[in-house]
Amino acid sequence: MAGKFFLIDTTRCMACRGCQVACKQWNKLPATKTKQYGTYQNPPDLDGNTYRVVRFEEHPSKENSVAWYFFTEACRHCLKPPCKIKADQIKKGAIIVNDFGAVLFTKGTKELQKSFKVIKQACPWSIPTWSSKQRKLVKCHMCFQRVEAGLEPACTKTCPTGALNFGDEAQIKKLANERLTAAKKKFGGRGEILDLEDVRALYLVIDEQIKYRPVA
Amino acid sequence: MTNHWIDIRNSDCILIMGSNAAENHPISMKWVNAAMDKGAKLISVDPRFTRTSSKADIYAPLRSGTDIAFLGGMMNYILTNRKYHKEYTANYTNASFIVGPEYGFKDGLFAGFDSRKKKYDKSKWAFAKDSKGVPKRDLTLKDPRCVFQLMKKHYARYTPGKVSSITGTSVKDLKRVWGTYAKTGAVDQTGTIMYAMGWTQHTKGVQNIRMMAMIQLVLGNMGRPGGGVNALRGESNVQGSTDHCLLYHIWPGYLKTPRASNVSLEAYNKKWTPKTNDPISANWWQHTPKYSVSFLKSMFGQAATAKNDFGYSWMPKLDDGVAYSWLDLFDEMYKGTIKGFFAWGQNPASSGANANKNRKAMAKLDWMVNVNIFDSETAEFWKGPGMNPEEIKTEVFFLPCVTSVEKEGSITNSGRWSQWRYQAAKPPRGCKQDGQIMVELFAKIRELYKDGGVFPEPILNMRWDFVKNGKYDAHAVAKLINGYFEKDTTVKGKSFKKGTLVPSFAYLKDDGSTSSANWLYCNSYTEKGNMAARRGKKDPTGMGLYPEWSWCWPVNRRIIYNRASVDLNGKPWSKNKNILEYKNGKWVGDVPDGGWPPMVNKAKTRRPFIMKPDGVASVFGPGRADGPFAEHYEPIECPVPKNLMSGTYTNPVAVVYATDADIYKTNDPRYPFVATTYRLSEHWQTGVLTRWQPWLLETQPQNFVEMSKELAKLRGINNGDMCKVSSGRGEVEAVAMVTGRFKPMTIMGKTVHQLGLPWCFGWVYPENGGDSSNLLTPSAGDPNTRIPETKAFMVNLEKSGKRR
Repeated sequence: MAGKFFLIDTTRCMACRGCQVACKQWNKLPATKTKQYGTYQNPPDLDGNTYRVVRFEEHPSKENSVAWYFFTEACRHCLKPPCKIKADQIKKGAIIVNDFGAVLFTKGTKELQKSFKVIKQACPWSIPTWSSKQRKLVKCHMCFQRVEAGLEPACTKTCPTGALNFGDEAQIKKLANERLTAAKKKFGGRGEILDLEDVRALYLVIDEQIKYRPVA
Repeated sequence: MTNHWIDIRNSDCILIMGSNAAENHPISMKWVNAAMDKGAKLISVDPRFTRTSSKADIYAPLRSGTDIAFLGGMMNYILTNRKYHKEYTANYTNASFIVGPEYGFKDGLFAGFDSRKKKYDKSKWAFAKDSKGVPKRDLTLKDPRCVFQLMKKHYARYTPGKVSSITGTSVKDLKRVWGTYAKTGAVDQTGTIMYAMGWTQHTKGVQNIRMMAMIQLVLGNMGRPGGGVNALRGESNVQGSTDHCLLYHIWPGYLKTPRASNVSLEAYNKKWTPKTNDPISANWWQHTPKYSVSFLKSMFGQAATAKNDFGYSWMPKLDDGVAYSWLDLFDEMYKGTIKGFFAWGQNPASSGANANKNRKAMAKLDWMVNVNIFDSETAEFWKGPGMNPEEIKTEVFFLPCVTSVEKEGSITNSGRWSQWRYQAAKPPRGCKQDGQIMVELFAKIRELYKDGGVFPEPILNMRWDFVKNGKYDAHAVAKLINGYFEKDTTVKGKSFKKGTLVPSFAYLKDDGSTSSANWLYCNSYTEKGNMAARRGKKDPTGMGLYPEWSWCWPVNRRIIYNRASVDLNGKPWSKNKNILEYKNGKWVGDVPDGGWPPMVNKAKTRRPFIMKPDGVASVFGPGRADGPFAEHYEPIECPVPKNLMSGTYTNPVAVVYATDADIYKTNDPRYPFVATTYRLSEHWQTGVLTRWQPWLLETQPQNFVEMSKELAKLRGINNGDMCKVSSGRGEVEAVAMVTGRFKPMTIMGKTVHQLGLPWCFGWVYPENGGDSSNLLTPSAGDPNTRIPETKAFMVNLEKSGKRR
C-alpha cells in the first residue's frame, strides 16, 4: 500500500473535539476522571487512555482582541521514528513501521515499561505513553486496521470542517500546498507546514509552534 | 432558516451574532469555510470571544442585551451612506408605504401606548389607504410619511458615538462591522445572518431579529442565495416540533389556536383569514379555511362533518388575552393552580429560567410524569438541594423512552428539510418510543371515558384509524400529516379516489373532502412515496439546492421568498446568484414562491412575499406587541441607570411576573456584573443526555464561569479557583476560567464587567459537577414570544474558597 499521510489544517479547526472523542470511541478507551481546571482543554494531556487531545492556547492579537489556537495532538508517524530507533536498542521489533507508514507499538512493548521514559524522551513531542491498563506502550496507530479495510481513521472521518485530512502522499501533499497558499494569502504571508520532510502528520500553522503546544 | 445550511456557502459576508455556531452547530462551519474559501468575510459579534470568533475575520465584542443599538447603528450607516438596494427596497418591501397620521414615536414610546395596561393599541400604526383600500405608496421613497423616511429618521438617532456608549463596542470596531456587512447591499453580493438563542432570549428578542430582517431587506438579501434570516435551531428537531405546534399559540402549520371569542368555525376562519384589496397580492393565508378544516378532519375523521363544524367545538380554546407559555405555566404551577404535569423529553428543573422557582413549582403538583432517556434534576427534584422529601406530596413517575436512533421517523432540520431516518439500533428492554407511550396512554384515557365523564366528545371522537393493533407506526402518522382525500373528489379538474394521499396543499379543500394534519407538510408523503426518505444527489442549479435530497417545506421550496431573488423582469438580480429565473414563460430553478409571472407582467403577476397580505416584506412591522420598528431598551436587569436612547428604560411591554420568586435587581451595586449563559459543544442542552457519556464528561466535567483577567484581579480570583456566582434568585458554584476572551467595557463612562456560564450541569450527575446556571436567570420574557431573558442579567461573583 502507498504511504499514508495526515494533513492537519489548524486554520480550519474550531476545537469541537470530535476527533478526540472519535479516537476514544474507536479504540474503546475509558474516560479519565477529570476536573475543570480553568481551561477547555481536558484531559490535560495525552495519557494511557487518550491517544489524541485537542490543545487550547490563547494569545494577545493585533487584529482581534485575542487569538485562540487549537491543536489536535497525536503521534506524527515519523518517517524515521526516534521512538523505534530507541526501542530497537532495547527490544528489537517492539515498535514497527507497517507498509503504509503507520508507526505501531506492538505487544512487544509490554517489555518496555522500565525504559518507557527514555523512549518518550526520544520523541520530539513526548507522545509515547505507558498504559497501566493495557500494560504496554500506547499512542495513535493511524487506525491501521480501518485503513487496511479501505476506511480512513476515525478522527479524520469525524472532522466536520476539513481540518483533519487523510490519504496517499501525493494527494495530501498537494492539498497541503493548496491550503498553505490559501493560508498565506489570508493571514498576510504567515503559514508553514511543520516538519514536512520528517513526518506523516503534516500540521499547517500560522504562528510559532510553541504558541500551539507550549509543552516539550 | 429562510435558506438552508448548504446555502451558507453562497454568501459573501456571514454575520454570526446571537449565536456561537462553531460550538453549537459545528457542521455549519463546513459551509462557512466553503464561503470563506471563495473570499467571503466572517464577522463574529459576541460579548465573549468564542470558538466561532477564533475563526472570524472581524470580532467585535458588545455588552449583552444591546444588539438593537448595535444593529440600529448599522441601519443608520446603511441609509446614510446609501448602501441599500434601492430597487429591491422600493418594490419588494413596504418601505414605500405611507404610514397613517396617527403613527408617531416619542421618547422611546410608539403611538398608542396605554401606560396603565402596559399595552399598545396597534391600530395607531396602520397604513394610509387609497379609495380601494390598498396602502398608498411612494415608490420614490421621498414622501416624509413613507416607511423609508420614517425609518431613516428613527435610526438617525443611532449615531456611532451613542451606540458605542451603549454597547461598549469601540467606534472603530462598529464601523469595521457595519462597513463590511453593508457591502452586501451591492447587487452582486449577498450577506447572511446566523443567529440563535443569543438573540431570542431577551425581553426584546423578537425585535432583535426584526432589526436584522429590516437590514436584510434594505440590503436586498432576502430570498436570495447566500442571504436570508437564518435561525440556527437549538435542537435537531425544534423546527419540526414548532411546525407541528409545540407552542401554545399555534395549530400545526402556523394556523392560530382558537380563542374563546372565536365561537364557531366560521368566526374562527373570519377572524384569522387575512384580507387584501390589492389585486396583485396573492395573500396566501386567504386559504386558511381549507387548512383549518383539513386539520380538523385529521383530528376527528368521519366524526367531523359540516353539520358539527368539523368538530371545531371539541378543540381546546385559549381565553382571550391570556398567555399559556412556558413562563406562564410555571408561574401558575408555582401559584398551585396546575395539578398535573408531563415533563416529556425535557428537564425543566435545569433548563427553565429561574430554576429555583420551577423546582419549587413542581413541589406543588399532585403528580408529574417525566419521560426521558436518563435520570434528571426534574425526575429527582423532590430530593434535590433545599428540598425536604417528607414535605413534598408530588407523585413522580419516570417513563424510560428510546433515543432518536432507536426508532424510525423524521427530523426537520433548521433548513426546513424533513429527513427520514431508519431505526439504527434496537432499544433496551422496557424502553418505548414516545409515539408508543402516547398511543397506550390515549387508549387508556379513552377506555376510562367510555363510561362517561366530563366532555367526552373530543376523546371519543379522536381519529384513531392510523393506529393498528395498538401499535404506533411512524409511516401512518406521516401520511396523516400529509393528508388524505376523505371521499372521491375532483379538484382543479383532477379526480382523486377516497383514501389516496393529497399531492400538495393546493388540493386541500374546506368542505371536508380532504384531511391534512399539517398543511405545510402536504406534499411530503404522497402516492409517489415518502419524500423525506429521498436521497437523490442531483444539483441542477449548481447552487446546492439538492431538490431530490429529503423534502423541504413548503412544497420542496429550498429558499423561501425566492421570487425576491429576481428583478421585476424575472431575471436574477445578478448572474452569480441564480437559483430561479423566468425563461420562455416558465420559472426555472427552485420551486418558485408562487408560479405567477414576474412583476413586469402587471396584470397577471403577484407580488413576491405571498404570505404577507400586502405581498411585500414588512420593514415596518405593524403586528408586533412592542412597536413597528425595533428600538433599543435596556434588559430587565442591567448595569446602567438609564437608557441613553430615550426616557423609556426597559421594553415597556416586557413580560414580568409577580410571585415572591420573581426578583429583579437592576443597576444594583450588590449585583454589579453582567452575566450571560450558553451551551458547549461537549454537552447537549441541560446535559441530561451527555453528562452520562464518560467521553463527553471528561472533556467538560464541571460548571465554570468565564471572566476577564481584570475582573478576576478585582475579586482576588485565580484561574481554577472555586467561585460563587449569585443573582437575586439563586446561586451556583463554578470553577473560575480567567481569560483574555472577556474584556471589561466602558459603558456611559463606567467600567462594566461581563461574565458567562454554561447551563449544562446539574446536581444529579456527576458528583461535584455543579448545578444549573438557570438558578441565576430571570423569569422575564419577550412580549411576543414570552421567551425568557437568560442572555443578559446581573450577578455577583465571589471566590468561595471551596475545593474543586
